[in-house]
This record gives sequence, C-alpha cells and structure tokens, in this order.
Amino acid sequence: MRIAIIDTSTTRAAIISDGLREAGLDDLVLIDPAGPLVAQVETARPEVVLINLENPSRDLLEDFFAMSRALARPIAMFVDQSDAEATGAAIDAGVSAYVVDGLSKQRIKPVIELAIRRFQAFSTLQRELDEAKNALAERATIDRAKAILMKRRQIDEPAAYALLRGQAMRTNRRIGEIAEAIVTSDALLGDME
Amino acid sequence: MTESFRIGFLPLVDAALPILAHELGFAAREGIAIELIRDMTWATVRDRLLYGHTDAAHLIAPLAIATALGRDRPPVAMAVPFVLGLNGNAVTFSIALAGAVGLGATLGDPAAIGAALRDVAAARRGAGKPLRFGVVHRYSSHNYMLRYWLAGVGIRPDHDVEIVVTSPPFAADALAAGEVDGICVGEPWNSIAVDRGVGQIALATAQIWRRGVEKILAMREAVAGERQGAVEALVRALHAAAAHFVMPEAAEESAAILARPEYLGAPHDAVLRAITDRIRVVPGGDPVHYPDFMFQYREAANFPWRSQAAWLYAQMTRWDGTPFSESDAETAASVFRPDIYRAALAGTAAPLPGASSKLEGGLDEPIGAGSVQGRLVLGSDRFFDGRAFDPDDIPAYLAGLE
Repeated sequence: MRIAIIDTSTTRAAIISDGLREAGLDDLVLIDPAGPLVAQVETARPEVVLINLENPSRDLLEDFFAMSRALARPIAMFVDQSDAEATGAAIDAGVSAYVVDGLSKQRIKPVIELAIRRFQAFSTLQRELDEAKNALAERATIDRAKAILMKRRQIDEPAAYALLRGQAMRTNRRIGEIAEAIVTSDALLGDME
Repeated sequence: MTESFRIGFLPLVDAALPILAHELGFAAREGIAIELIRDMTWATVRDRLLYGHTDAAHLIAPLAIATALGRDRPPVAMAVPFVLGLNGNAVTFSIALAGAVGLGATLGDPAAIGAALRDVAAARRGAGKPLRFGVVHRYSSHNYMLRYWLAGVGIRPDHDVEIVVTSPPFAADALAAGEVDGICVGEPWNSIAVDRGVGQIALATAQIWRRGVEKILAMREAVAGERQGAVEALVRALHAAAAHFVMPEAAEESAAILARPEYLGAPHDAVLRAITDRIRVVPGGDPVHYPDFMFQYREAANFPWRSQAAWLYAQMTRWDGTPFSESDAETAASVFRPDIYRAALAGTAAPLPGASSKLEGGLDEPIGAGSVQGRLVLGSDRFFDGRAFDPDDIPAYLAGLE
C-alpha cells in the first residue's frame, strides 16, 4: 500500500514516515512542499494520501482528485460516515486523509490511527519546544532588566532581583512581565537623563 | 445560558456579517455568542463543519450543495437558513492579458470583453499555451459565474481555456507568479492584485448575473434541527448585522474591524473600497463606483431562495457532466431553507417573500413582489446574456444552453 505524505512541516512529515515504517508500512512517498504538488502526487500514484488539515493546497488537491475520476483508479475521500469517530479524531489531531476507492477499511484504519498518534506527538513536542523557547527568552529579559536596575540604581544583583520580585508580587504580575516593562521603558527613555 | 456558535470563515470581505454580529453586539442582543474560526482553504472550513469543530460556516454555496449530494464523499444533509450576500466577486486579468484584450480604465461590457478574449484565447490555444484561469474552488459560484460568462461569449471552458483551483488567499500570488492569466475571486483579493500592480479588473461578477447568490451560512441539517431556537436567533443577529453593514456611515468602522489580522489581515483601504462599491480597476487608477457590486441586505437579499440553489445545481450538472436527476435537484433545492428564515424573522420589520422559489433573471425593472410580511421590491436580476432560469424546468434550461 503506497502512502503519500504531504505536509507543510518537513519535521512532522519525517516523524510520520518513521512511524509508518516502524509499523511495516514502507512504501512511502514524501511530497516536497516546495515542488509542484499535483505533478508529484500524479507521479507517485498513491493509494493513501495523508495531508495536514491546514495545508494551503487542499482545495487544489481535492480538485485534482475529482478530475482524476477518469483514471483507472479513482481516489475518494476517506472521511467515511460509518466511522465518524475516527475521522473526528483525525480532524482534531489536524490530519486529513484521502484513499483510493475500494481500499478495505481494515487496511486503512491502522494507517489513520498511526497518523493521528504521530500528529498528536508532534503537537506535544511543538508545545514543549515553544514553552522552552519562551522560558529562555524570559530568562534573558530578566537578566537585561536586572542589569538596567543595577546600573541605574547602583545596586547589586540580589537587590535588583528582589526589586523585580517585590514589584511582581505587589502588582500580581509575573517577574517576566515586570522585566519586559523595564527593558521597554529603558529602550524608550533610557538616554533621557 | 448563552448558546454559542463557532463559525468557520475564510479571510474575505463577505465574511462581514458573522464578524460584525460578534464585534458589534448583534449576537449578544439575541442572547447568543459567536466564536470565529479562520481557515485558509474551503476544504478545511467544510471538514471542521462536518466533524463538529464548528457549528456553522461562511461557505461558498455550491460546496454546501455538493456536500449534501455526496459529490466526492459520503453525503451529509446540509441546511442554509441565511444568504450572507450576493455577488462581490470580480474577474481580474494579468496585466499582460488585460493589454492583449484591450481592457479600458473602467468596467467594460461583458459581451465586448468576451469577444476580445475569445480571439486571445484562440491564439494562445493555437500556440500551445492555452489561457489559464484560477477559481477559488471547483464547487464555487466563482467557477460557475466564470464558466457561464465564458460559454456565453463562445469560449469553451476546459477546451479553449484551462480552469484551475486557487484558494482565495493565494489567488493574487498565483496571478503575480504567472501561474494563471486571470482569477475569479472575492474581495479583497482582486483589489490586492490591482494594488500590487499585477492585475487589472475586467468584470464584476454582478455584471454577469446582477443578483447572483454568493456566500451562505451553512450548517449540518442535524444542527439546524437540534438547535432550532438558537439558529433562529443567529439568523436575526446576522440580519441585524446586514442592516447595519449597508449603512454608508458604518463603512469606515466595518472596514477597520474586517482589516484586523485575526479576520482578513488585509489593507483597510482595499476592504473599504469593496464595501462601498468603489472598484480600483487599474493599478494607480481612481476607484470606479459600481452600484451593488456587493449586495448584502436590500430586496431580502439574505432570503435563501430555493431557485438559487436550483440554478447552482443546474450549473453543477452542466460542468461536472453528471446527468440531470430529479431527486438530486430536489435535494439541492432543499438545502436552502426559507422556512427557517421566515420563522426567525416573523414579527420583525424584515420583508418576508411569500414564495420560496422564483424565476431567476426575469426582471428588467424593480417590481413589487408578493410577501407575507412587509413590503418587498425586487430589482433587476438579469444575466448578461438575457437568459432566464426557470427552476421548475431545469432540463429545458440545460438543453437551451447547448
């Protein structure tokens, strides 16, 4: 069973294809998001197409599928009413699938389920990465705010941090927000003295 | 408890009514809440609607009908209780094609432009590089309006010219990249193409069909049934938003709201021009006033006429090559739900048509029409070729087009 993967994120595409390979599904085609989509799909002649829900090329792709009904192996949308729950889970995870008409449900189901799990795993990974990035950025802002306070108030680092922390507690805001405000106002007003 | 509707939309000016109903308190006044979910392709808007990510959607009308008919997928019963507007789209040519066809600095005559385009299309086809037009979806009014016009001026779609799909937010890019020679898309994407200097507007779709049905509010029929009271409140909220939207003094504020990044993320001026029926036809030119370019409220424009759905079904059979079927025609017409519209607006000041279906394209002059509430006047609704559509005899209509 040949499976084509179309994804605007090449990282996620790699995660999905790894998962499929581990499950013994190794007839995979990764469609290059930078290349001509329809031509690549046409050449690959896949039986299943996995595509991220928000892919900007979906209208184009569906039009190609509708047009290719004339071909020997027509492609129909997977979204099967009899299995609305699985399809709903796929949409929730952000994956959309199309399969060749007549492919048995037993063969499709594990592919879809695996894609859903991999999409979810990718989302978790992405979220953790974003959180880590934010934490890192916040750390840097706090360091800059401390440096500004130390210089302008002629105090040492623990005192500068205590000042930030005290203000955060009094105003019920995060230290990062206070630091952000100090860095911003210093950028705007810092050279006024 | 306040009932909430999640409504899917694409960044287009005619997504205005649900956005304004939310932003300006028309929904709250009806005791409902609206949450807007923005996407970039119609396929995603449809999928979210079918699988309950959204409760309703700003949708191209033929896609709701195709979904109910089960074209390319298992059928899902759909309900359209409200039309979000008529027309508001345009056909934009690349600068090169505009030059070859000899477009003027104002909106020209559809038949004359068509005749000039026919010669260019023949030459390009002869040279092995046929003209290519982009439409926003296979099942879109844009596709059917463009094809209606092309066929009407003697250009055979799919034979003399190619027609491909490009989702609205990417249409101007496709024109700029030379992937297509023309686009038929909703605003602000024509104006953005003109302002970027990559396109010239050839026609407003209102010149092809003066009162052409455009976006609709679509929902699953099950939702319309289960949440009848709330759906009626939603219809009233959208109707109030429509009345507000067409007031000249509201245009500035509406444009400012729509232009925001979370909605259209488009230049304020391009949005404002569309709302006020002022079309910049050529790059750098002064906008041309074309009345009723967008038509969101008057003449009971929001009423879902079954005959509008029937016209779209007729175009679907014409261009998909599927045979006419009485039962499909009935399914298609029944997607439009004048009964819900009437129930929602009974007892308000809104004029309510007495009939649910009418001859489309039969009026030259404004005329009083039968109503069960209020006074209803319908304006000219002509097609550019003068042909009328009788929803009760689609086979004869289709035969007349061949």
